[in-house]
Amino acid sequence: MFKILQKTIRTGIVTTTYPSKPARVSDHFRGRPSFDFEKWQDARPAADECPTGAISWRNTDDSRKVTVDYGLCVFCGLCAEASPDQAVRITKEFELATANRGSLVLTAEYTLNADGTHRNLSAVSHGCANADADVESVGAKARETIQKLLGRSLSIREVDAGSCNGCELEIVALNNPIYDIERFGIHFVASPRHADMLLVTGPVTRNMELALLKTYRAMPEPKLVVAVGACGISGGIFGENYASLGGVDKVVPVDVYIPGCPPRPQALLQGILLAVGRLREKRYDEHPSR
Amino acid sequence: MSLSTLFETIQEKFGKQIQSMHAEHEDQAYIFMGDPDIRPITEYLRGEFQARLVSVFAEDRRSREGVFFNYYVFEQRGDTQFLIVRAPVPAADPRFPSLSAELPAVNWQEREIQDWFGLTAVGHPNPRRVALHDNWPDVHPLRKDFLIDTVLPPFEGERHIYRPALGEGVLQVPVGPVHAGTIEPGHFSFAVAGEPILYLQLRMFYTHKGTEKLFEKLPIHKAVFLAESISGDSSFSHGTAFCQAIERAAEIEVPSDALIMRTILLELERLCNHVADIGAIATDVGFVVANAHASRLKEMLLAANEQLAGNRLLRGMVCIGGVRRAWGAWQIELLRVAIEAFTREFRDLVALINSSESTRDRLEHTGILKPEIARDLGIVGVAGRASGIDLDVRRDHPYAAYPSFSFKVPIYQAGDVWHRLQVRVDEVQESISMIREAASRNLSGQFRVPVPPIPPNRCALSAVEGWRGEIIHWIRTGSDNHLERCKIKDPSLNNWPALVEAVQGNIIADFPVINKSFNLSYSGTDR
Repeated sequence: MFKILQKTIRTGIVTTTYPSKPARVSDHFRGRPSFDFEKWQDARPAADECPTGAISWRNTDDSRKVTVDYGLCVFCGLCAEASPDQAVRITKEFELATANRGSLVLTAEYTLNADGTHRNLSAVSHGCANADADVESVGAKARETIQKLLGRSLSIREVDAGSCNGCELEIVALNNPIYDIERFGIHFVASPRHADMLLVTGPVTRNMELALLKTYRAMPEPKLVVAVGACGISGGIFGENYASLGGVDKVVPVDVYIPGCPPRPQALLQGILLAVGRLREKRYDEHPSR
Repeated sequence: MSLSTLFETIQEKFGKQIQSMHAEHEDQAYIFMGDPDIRPITEYLRGEFQARLVSVFAEDRRSREGVFFNYYVFEQRGDTQFLIVRAPVPAADPRFPSLSAELPAVNWQEREIQDWFGLTAVGHPNPRRVALHDNWPDVHPLRKDFLIDTVLPPFEGERHIYRPALGEGVLQVPVGPVHAGTIEPGHFSFAVAGEPILYLQLRMFYTHKGTEKLFEKLPIHKAVFLAESISGDSSFSHGTAFCQAIERAAEIEVPSDALIMRTILLELERLCNHVADIGAIATDVGFVVANAHASRLKEMLLAANEQLAGNRLLRGMVCIGGVRRAWGAWQIELLRVAIEAFTREFRDLVALINSSESTRDRLEHTGILKPEIARDLGIVGVAGRASGIDLDVRRDHPYAAYPSFSFKVPIYQAGDVWHRLQVRVDEVQESISMIREAASRNLSGQFRVPVPPIPPNRCALSAVEGWRGEIIHWIRTGSDNHLERCKIKDPSLNNWPALVEAVQGNIIADFPVINKSFNLSYSGTDR
């Protein structure tokens, strides 16, 4: 017992100050790729390299529509390597959680040169502009109730709906002394009946569809669902196939999406706190050169 | 005699059944049989050579060669070469003789072939579905005429029939697929009489996501990222196994500095997982303080991972032809500092655990896997080494820079939770000294070579000792930068049946710690 106490005292406090102070990440950490659409001469090489199709393009006549979806991104950094002129840069940003799936999608429209490279940037849009207003306001009301009821304390039930277990490793880390999620009054519980929030990972396999649905139904109202990682948001590298449904919102309604492959513990914290209204969404700059 | 020099003997003995034999790459030899019946040659190899059957898998070659093939991968202690026996399974009469009755180790693997290819394992003692759940329609996803994006009708309920547990006072306790902790999904059905467990039935493959099929769809350079997602805790090991297979098939020579960097990262992955498991085993018997320290130690390593690879799980670092980025002197220095700090702290952690009599008392004689059972079930990796199975791919089939490092392979006979913990403690020490030595080498040379077009129709096998055990990837390249087939074997697939044996007679409250001491990957199993 004495040894245990001695070790504890010697170790001191190791808990991070995030989110009250910014997270310390390493200089080599690969976070959000940022796109300088004006500078970007050609989206095709990056799209060719992208393992999950997070970058895609479609030509109509002499124009091209380029789409970037952070919900599919596995943060491998190949798009930056494939794009000259530093039009795509890897940043250290990881706070990408959002309540709006559409806001993870950027689009840019270009007119084209004869060789297929971009000539002029004609339009950029961040997120889906035409989100259904009614759905939004209903969602906002529900969120308000939930924030009132659950804002101070929260019980989470985690469900792995077919993940590779990478997300689980980072979720488990939330309980370690470094990230210590209990300091926010948030804890993981064993039963959905005790839970306010369902934290779901994985592309949702056909074999987990029913188990996920049953777990969701077993939760009392009001309840929140957070989809974790590229797989949870969109199916990630697995996408949709005979065995994979391609994302949590194919089965249950999702309140907050946390991009990452896997999202680091601070990103998970940000998403969870965002869902209960204790943090706001981060806006990131789409035009770093300006 | 070694396996690699046995061609003549085999020719003499099985001449009539043999189509051809050849060596491919430096560490693989193939025997092509003309006859589906591989029982005599299997018996001969196992008897005469004490060869171990490493893996059994199938391939649909109907469109090219008119048949299915089954592959039987053998290894012999002391011989670095794998011997791969290929037997045809006729398309018109898709049946092959089962080996499971004599060799329980291939029980699940043969049933996977049944489910995924629609070939029947004749004489299998338990031929029920394993990889596709009982509520799936009659489809065989790895057949070439099954399209990956086939939309199957919705599945209704669980139709699996568990073996009933009968007798006075005997209860059946169903657990999962959604568990109480933050772990992966699987169903455990315990039969208990009071507290002791009489019998455990497993139902896996809840996380089956069509991975092997998907390998046939993705271009090869993108498939590296799929390999990293086979089992998140083994991202770098699976990624490396995959890249090695491609490099072998395309005869790409990886620069020696890249091999050393891979070795460092493979050992870092081992350290991260071992120290986390040591903490988790302590937690499961109530010693939470030890886990607090262990998870802090793991975070130290994850920070180093991020400095070296840009990602805490070491993703996006390995690539075909080497590694994706070079390391500066400051990164090596940072690694050295991290390892020294980790070494000091790890010593304290082990002392802390050893100082707790009650922890040791709970772990000793708990969840015993007897060596003879481990041998029959083909148990590999940490769990095998704690039960007398002396296997380690790093030593037996050296890859990366392992030939230039010396390390001990810890072997224990007791097979209980305590000794599975001990194997991890010993291996952490070995990994530390390997990383120390590797970090002292000059790594300023070439870290990657350009990748030529991958030639079609080449086969290659690659083996890596992941932190959990033996990882096998086997590939056949196709045209246009695609694969025809990619077979993945995670050590978890071998080791699940060990859990069934190890829990018998233990109380149900000890199940979590016994399960944790194996710490198998559901995703790696289910793919």
